[in-house]
Amino acid sequence: MSTPSSAATLLAPVSGRRRTTDLIMRGLLGLGTVIALIPLVLVIYYLFSRGLKGIGSGFFTTDPTGNFLGDPGGVKSAIIGTLEIVGLASVIAIPLGIGVALYLVEFGKKTVFAQIVRYLVDVMTGVPSIVFGLFVYITLVTTKFGGASFTGYKGSFALALLMLPVVTRSAEVVLGLVPEALREAALALGVPRWKVTLKIVLPTALPGLITGSLLAVARGMGETAPLLFTAATVNGTTYNLGQRMNSLPAQIYADISQPNNDIVNRAWAAALTLVVLILVITLIARVAARRSRVS
Amino acid sequence: MEAGAARLKPAGRRDTLSRRSPAARRADGVFRGGLTALAGLVLVLLAFFFVFLVVKARPALAHQGVLSFVTSNDWNPSKDVFGAWPLLAGTLITSATALVIGVPVAVATALFITEISPPRLRQPLTILVELLAAVPSVVYGLWGVFVLIPKLRGTEQSFSDTLHFLPFIGGNVAGPNYFIAGLLLAIMILPIVSAISREVIATVPAEHKEAALAVGATRWEMIRIAVLPYSRSGITGAALLGLGRAVGETIAVVLVIGNSPVVGKQLFDQGYSLAAVIANEFGEAANDPLHAGALIAAGLLLFILTLAINGVARGLVIRAEGRQGTRLPPPAVTAAALNDPEAATS
Repeated sequence: MSTPSSAATLLAPVSGRRRTTDLIMRGLLGLGTVIALIPLVLVIYYLFSRGLKGIGSGFFTTDPTGNFLGDPGGVKSAIIGTLEIVGLASVIAIPLGIGVALYLVEFGKKTVFAQIVRYLVDVMTGVPSIVFGLFVYITLVTTKFGGASFTGYKGSFALALLMLPVVTRSAEVVLGLVPEALREAALALGVPRWKVTLKIVLPTALPGLITGSLLAVARGMGETAPLLFTAATVNGTTYNLGQRMNSLPAQIYADISQPNNDIVNRAWAAALTLVVLILVITLIARVAARRSRVS
Repeated sequence: MEAGAARLKPAGRRDTLSRRSPAARRADGVFRGGLTALAGLVLVLLAFFFVFLVVKARPALAHQGVLSFVTSNDWNPSKDVFGAWPLLAGTLITSATALVIGVPVAVATALFITEISPPRLRQPLTILVELLAAVPSVVYGLWGVFVLIPKLRGTEQSFSDTLHFLPFIGGNVAGPNYFIAGLLLAIMILPIVSAISREVIATVPAEHKEAALAVGATRWEMIRIAVLPYSRSGITGAALLGLGRAVGETIAVVLVIGNSPVVGKQLFDQGYSLAAVIANEFGEAANDPLHAGALIAAGLLLFILTLAINGVARGLVIRAEGRQGTRLPPPAVTAAALNDPEAATS
């Protein structure tokens, strides 16, 4: 965007009052931006100043003890739980989400059915995460599906529901950016449609697909509400997704209301761990985006 | 594009038109059918969940009466009385507070980044604002409980005492209260509202802006006469999407709103919200089907509320973007913006 400031000088000079208004409004807009960044700075400051205090020996290697007095223990079970629950959720949501996006871009296009699906995916992005938790709670948890009520994999289902629309919408945008000429060239050579999609469209869009998927993973990782209803909280470490499973957000949530400084410090440390995990994933997503071939 | 084309191997003989076997054609059909089924699954899942929610909420709604559930000001699960008005009111008060604080800041940020800041600063500022969205809600809640509530209490009290003549302000400040919840929500909706406003502002034709500047408008006058009128409906849509997010936010709110099922008399009173009540009471409701049903009904109300808000918001944003012939990517993609804000809108 160029500023034709030289043109302005040809006209009558801008009056002092207008100039002042301009300066004040520019200042206000700048001030708004500064205000927007204050909470970010504060949250990061407190996360580090309080969180680092809570990371003592055994923070990553021991489970919460569950004792209200004495050593509260670490968050090993919560870290493992978060990784497993989010891992399974990603395994469900990413292929499903990209599949739906492929349908919309390659086959559905402007058909009525595709428009309905598109609308529903939009709707799903706006559904509060707690409602997804409630969905899984009433269908799988209260009915004791699979024998147990609260289990890790039910938490994964809730997170997958949440991540699915994010994956689909980002994938749809990226797949739409793959040049039509590329598809046509392959089709003209007689390559079947499915091969065009799998061997040409997907590889071309891959970096963008990775970015969108990783951002969905980052989003799922920080969610608390759906997990409270589905995976619950426990102290001990389990690798079995068929059991109740701890997670970082749920552990932080449980720790906040404990009237014990050591436990609260653990919550800060766990929060720092969670934010660092999410930032690492976001960073990888950005690096992947940089390698994008379509834009 | 070159790289993509390079992957295109020369078609093997099996792939030539003349050799296309029925099996190959069947593979195409199966592929297409499979993807269509996946898309259909989304539809079926949503319908299934909606029906299930209604079925599970029905006993409680029948017990209390639908109208009374929404309007009655008495939430007392131990007596099987479920008037959800205090919860709905809390949701509305905190969300409105979030909009009043968050939207002006978000729009100012969007305008500053797109129209005023030096081009060099645009990308870093965008990334910083979007980092706000990377912080999980439970972390905002933690920060709210141990930092905002104790540190802001004095300021809130003097604000309340000085401006007690205003409606809904004045009296003693409670530790956890509507305002703190609203403030946290404002911070949480800021990145979305800002990102979408930025997208919408980016669709203002350069000709409009240049025309304003050409007749001697200052930068602010250009924003006022060219940018804002053009993007007004889109910005409204962005604000509504923020509202949808605020209405459904649970964990940050449940930690700082006080969880008392009454309609507060003022902004600094304790309250409750629809999402908070579900998170807070579902444990004790596990063995009380009526109570559980009431919580599911609260979830249903929340679901319908967010559907309505998002429906209107999407409409506004899509219309604003439609003038450019593109569909707006979701906030998450905007966050990446495929690392290139132009890519998403061009």
